[in-house]
Formats: sequence, C-alpha cells, structure tokens
Amino acid sequence: MGGFEIALMENNEIVTLHLKGFLDAHTAPDLESELQKCISEEKYKVIVNFQELGYISSAGLGVFMGFIEEIRKNGGDIKLTNMSSKIFRVFDLLGFPALYEIFRTEEEAVQKFT
Amino acid sequence: MASKVKKYQLKLPSSTNHLELIREFVTNIARGVGFDDEKINQIELAVDEACTNVVKHAYQGDDRQPLDVMVQTDAKKFKIIISDKGRGFSPKKIKTPDMKKYLSEMRVGGLGIYLMQTLMDEVDFKMEPGKKNQVQLVKYIPQ
Repeated sequence: MGGFEIALMENNEIVTLHLKGFLDAHTAPDLESELQKCISEEKYKVIVNFQELGYISSAGLGVFMGFIEEIRKNGGDIKLTNMSSKIFRVFDLLGFPALYEIFRTEEEAVQKFT
Repeated sequence: MASKVKKYQLKLPSSTNHLELIREFVTNIARGVGFDDEKINQIELAVDEACTNVVKHAYQGDDRQPLDVMVQTDAKKFKIIISDKGRGFSPKKIKTPDMKKYLSEMRVGGLGIYLMQTLMDEVDFKMEPGKKNQVQLVKYIPQ
C-alpha cells in the first residue's frame, strides 16, 4: 500500500508542499487541511511539487480548485511543479493548464514568485 | 468459436479507504491482458472515479454499504462493472460539462462522469435505485 504523505517546507514566505503516493478521494482531505492551514496562517504563496506523486484522481484536482480563488484574492498563487507525464495528462484532460502555472522545476516556480 | 470469457470479482464495503486496493485489482488484470501503460492509467482513473461516485453520491459517505467491482474480459473487450445498492441517478440528466465555463467558475467536484466518458470506449449506466445500480466501463483490447 502506497498511502499518501505531504512534506512541508517554508522559505521566505513561500510554502512548498511535496506530495508523495496517491492523491484520491480518500487522501484528498489531508491536502485540503494543509492548504487550509496555509490560508489561516496567511501564507498565500504556495508551491506544490508532484515529483513523488504516483497517482491523482479528480478528487485530488478538486482540492486545488477549492482554494485557488481565496489564495489569489490575497495576492498569492498555487504553482505546480515536477509532474510526471501520467499526472500531467490528468490535469491536461480537464483543462487545468489554462488555470494554473505548471513548471518543470521548483526553482522556476520560486523565481516566478520573487 | 466463441471467445473465452474470464471473470474476476472484488466485493468490498463502500469506503474510500479501499480505492487503492480496487485500483490495484483492476490494473493488475489490465496489465495481464496486454494493455500499455497509458491505457492502464486510463482504466485505473475511470474505475476510481466510478467507485468514488458510489461512495460519495450513491451512499452519501456511508462506508459500510456493498460495493462490487467485476471485471470481465474476452478477446475484444475489457469490461468493468461497478454495482451498488444506493441512490441512483438519471443518466439522461447528466450533461457533458462545458469545461471552459466550468474552469472559469472554478467549481469543485462533479468531473467523474466526464472523465469516465473521456477515458473509456463505452460507458453505460443501469439504474434501479435502492436495488441495483450499475456502471459499465469498456475498453477495447488492441487486436
């Protein structure tokens, strides 16, 4: 069983979440509460690194939809990085690249924030 | 000569906790049939979306109800039948979402059926609310 883990790093106002394992309807609430925590702590510059994520369903994508409005309203953004082609295909299928900035590396996303 | 039909069945309580097991069950069979990785990923996601809908909508989060996943294969078709006894829905009332509008309004959820229809070759719903609802997903086996 792969499960799901989130590792959190903070550096100069930017919070980076490293996702690992499977993001589905069962594990999506874990990511939801991490993003909720960012908002309640007024940390609106968020990078999500998908390097170690093996799977995502629409429940996982829905989490990003649920927070992006509030984060952008406060001058921040959720930027997505290091997606495998498997993960990117799901985002692409639902037209998400039109709504989110997706970067090859975390460094590119950091540069965009600063 | 009729081609040989193989059947595999998994019966579980309707918890999202079992989604990972269901995905493994279906992808292992799909791999054995000879699908490539891209098709296996499509089947995996479509089945997950169908089962998630059962847990969230048919049973409204009740995680102790029956959820059956059956895989039937013959020479041409890889068919997955997902059955539940919860609240059904009217397949005719399901509209294909306008993705542009959907994204601009940033709606949450409700993408499952759209994904199933995009990822699979055939999607069919048979609804008898409270008795037996079925979603049938078919992927054609490369000849």
